[in-house]
Amino acid sequence: MDDLINEFLAETREMLQALSGAIVAWEADPANRERLDEIFRFVHTVKGNCGFFDLPRLRQLSHAAEDALAEVRAGKRAADPRLVSAVLAVIDRIGELAQAFETGEALPSEDDEQLIADLAAHPGDGPARVESGAGIDSHPGTTDAEAAARAPSEGAKKGLRSIRLSVDLLDRMMNGVSDAVLARNELARRLREAERDVAVEAAFERVSTCIAEIRDAITRTRMQRIDSLFAPLPRMVRDLCAELGKQVRLEIDGGDVELDREMIEMIRDPLSHIVRNAIDHGIEPPDRRGPKGPVGLLRVAARQAGNQIRIEVSDDGHGIDAEALARKALDAGIVTADRLERMSHQQKLMLMFAPGLTTAAEVTAISGRGVGMDVVRANIERIGGVIDVDSRPGEGVRLAIRVPLTLTIIPALTVSAGGQIFAIPRSSIEEILRAGGDSVRIEAVGEACVATIRGRRVPLVSLAELVGAERTADAQGEKIILLKPAGGDLYALAVDTVHDHEELVVKPAAPAVMAAGIYAGTTLADDGRPILLLDPSGIASEAGVRVDIVDSDRHAATGGAESIGREVSLLLFRGLDGGLRAIPVPVVERIEDVPVEAIRHSAGKLRLAVGERIVPLAGCAAAPESGQLRILRLTDGAAELAYGFGSVVDIRSLVLDMRPAAAPGEVAGVALIDGAQVELIDPYWLFAAHGDPVRDDERPVCALPEGDPWMDNMLRPLIESMGYRVVAAGAGVAADVLIASAETVDPPPAATGKVLRLRATPESPREDDDSIYRYDRAALLSALSRPVARERANG
Amino acid sequence: MAELYLIVTIGGRRVALPAADVEAVVELDGLTPAPRAAPHVAGLSALRSRVLTVIDCLAALGLGATNAATLHDAVVVPSSGHPYALLVESVEDVLEAELAPGATRAPIGAGWEQAALGAIEADGDLLLLVDPHRIIAGPPAAQAA
Repeated sequence: MDDLINEFLAETREMLQALSGAIVAWEADPANRERLDEIFRFVHTVKGNCGFFDLPRLRQLSHAAEDALAEVRAGKRAADPRLVSAVLAVIDRIGELAQAFETGEALPSEDDEQLIADLAAHPGDGPARVESGAGIDSHPGTTDAEAAARAPSEGAKKGLRSIRLSVDLLDRMMNGVSDAVLARNELARRLREAERDVAVEAAFERVSTCIAEIRDAITRTRMQRIDSLFAPLPRMVRDLCAELGKQVRLEIDGGDVELDREMIEMIRDPLSHIVRNAIDHGIEPPDRRGPKGPVGLLRVAARQAGNQIRIEVSDDGHGIDAEALARKALDAGIVTADRLERMSHQQKLMLMFAPGLTTAAEVTAISGRGVGMDVVRANIERIGGVIDVDSRPGEGVRLAIRVPLTLTIIPALTVSAGGQIFAIPRSSIEEILRAGGDSVRIEAVGEACVATIRGRRVPLVSLAELVGAERTADAQGEKIILLKPAGGDLYALAVDTVHDHEELVVKPAAPAVMAAGIYAGTTLADDGRPILLLDPSGIASEAGVRVDIVDSDRHAATGGAESIGREVSLLLFRGLDGGLRAIPVPVVERIEDVPVEAIRHSAGKLRLAVGERIVPLAGCAAAPESGQLRILRLTDGAAELAYGFGSVVDIRSLVLDMRPAAAPGEVAGVALIDGAQVELIDPYWLFAAHGDPVRDDERPVCALPEGDPWMDNMLRPLIESMGYRVVAAGAGVAADVLIASAETVDPPPAATGKVLRLRATPESPREDDDSIYRYDRAALLSALSRPVARERANG
Repeated sequence: MAELYLIVTIGGRRVALPAADVEAVVELDGLTPAPRAAPHVAGLSALRSRVLTVIDCLAALGLGATNAATLHDAVVVPSSGHPYALLVESVEDVLEAELAPGATRAPIGAGWEQAALGAIEADGDLLLLVDPHRIIAGPPAAQAA
């Protein structure tokens, strides 16, 4: 809401600036219709906006001015100088109010009524006001008090001030800073080569720090809350539903995630395409949804994970029939029958991104016109993103887009092959291994090479051979990089040496270079030499890796890999005590720095104020004295938890061999990662120990009859301990479980859910009686713990 | 109308480039190969904080290949948003000259033909006027592909 108000205020200010010329011109020539229209449009817009924001003073003023001007426009009233003065005074006041809102200053004086009365006054009524009749600043009603109020008051809300900039300018700034970074790198190199001079080095350090800060700030200016990407969705969903006769509930989550503006623009079209598809083809019409209820659910959620943003769109529609899709692909000649046979479910689903294939049975006005998912995928991949799909028939579709935070600076790994250095984007690297290690076996199959990594066979591409260089004789010294390219399957890339992780400023390469098909762009190394950034999916197709042939699932199963655990993605970090720990990436929502002032020891535990919510804080016994605390924001889907830590080490995806801890606790166990003992955080324990119980409205509801002391005093605590929210039974109460006394002659209607009848005697009075003896704890617990599915109205 | 032209030597021949297209004449500092790129791309080189795509003019004109290691002089030409460096054997001077009409009616060879804009008369010499953007576009085979 604050954003919207700021936007409105900035817009009002801009309109006022643009209008100042018109105001002066209108004053000089009140008969000028064009100027009059311009001013009318302004007050009209302000009126409309303030109604929306509940700004009564602005609304009253603009409404009165609009009325007066409307009369003039309709010819009912002449634009005499008195009216002109009155309108101008109102417009000035609007400007003052807007400025006061924006800076948080005290609101200017309160004589709005007088201004409004002046508007309505007809010539001859009352004393004429004296109007100096020039710019915005000279107008009646400026009192000393108001002038004082205009001076920025102490403690005025900062940060609400905003200006608008063109994106071009931001781009120029970004390019400039990118160049500055490169120039700094070159200078650093020359300084290393030159004789050491402490003074020069100190000066260079300062310049370095400044550049880093500027780069950081400019990167932030380019960031925008992903809200702006999601904002048009509710309207779009509503319109589509109306058009298609469907009922869809839209859930949006993670709108506070920030993303590069340019990125947001690039995702806008693909995202709306996906949402359209979901409503058009995914979610069924209300009468065909059966037990799922007439209203479909569409969820759009964004989450930051490291340097990536993950946007997930899921619906609960009829899903994609992978087999039908595969048949269509076969008919369209996109795949051969031979290939199809070896494809996994996942790979068949990925066919939806193949050009010229639509999952829609018929083409509608909304989607299915051939401009399909292939374009969506191409657009996502163009910005270094990855798109994945998962679906089960009848259960809906989940599409996940992963994109890097910014376009221009990407984290990359530098490697060398054939005597040349290349960079590989970190986003597609799964794992780095040594060829000679125990976990990797390399075999030649015909002309090709296959690497077996912990029972998983993947095709092996030699980067040196690919770039036409001699492969080093010493295959044992090679490094194997497991790559998962956009939309493709895993494959391994053999390189001679792995150098370093670097943040690279990437620029597009010339078309003649891109024609090679294996590059994503160019960048400059610290030593000033150009480096080519490799495109993992391009390499796969140029090297002719038939990723679909090696079905990783099947080989994992046939390769005697039963003992292999599931691969987990872990965030490695150092705790506040310096210890190396790891936590599963999926529970980490984002990483944040919070001021220690936001941390309080309150209500028995450490808590952190985040935005408008309070979340429990784990990972540290006490808040640090001052400064900032870096936290992981964890989520279990419903509850949130903050975990204080020191620094991020890495994100790794691996199969864990964990030694469990002696007793359940914050640490689930210890595992060796890269030769170091890493404590694995147990998120289950964390949430159990630190998490706040979920909010009331998310718990199942149990209705108790009112006024029964036994139920109130004895039963209620038991029910509450089972996680129910207890409400008083009565008409109109919706509950999952209704408790009634068996002795009651007619129990309340069972429209709301399950009815549990309790009797006071141990023996059942009748054969068919389903009541429970009220001290039969076991029966009660089991009746209450049965999954309580909320009743859905069948449509 | 007289305009400015940069006189360079490509393939042993003195040719003219429109000076308006040329950003700078530089001496390349190192060359990073770009494997699998188009054949007329000799590699990449850095100029200040920019990456130049280095073009082998001989290959682009279908006249063979330059030994990039022996050449260091290059003409920087921005084209379609990318900076390119055209490898040349030598750079002479910038001259003011006029177009000499009709001179290119003589057969000048297929390679030159596709890059030639005409001819100019400079200091009494007749020089072929070459369009650097067409050189950057590459040999006819690459364009057709």
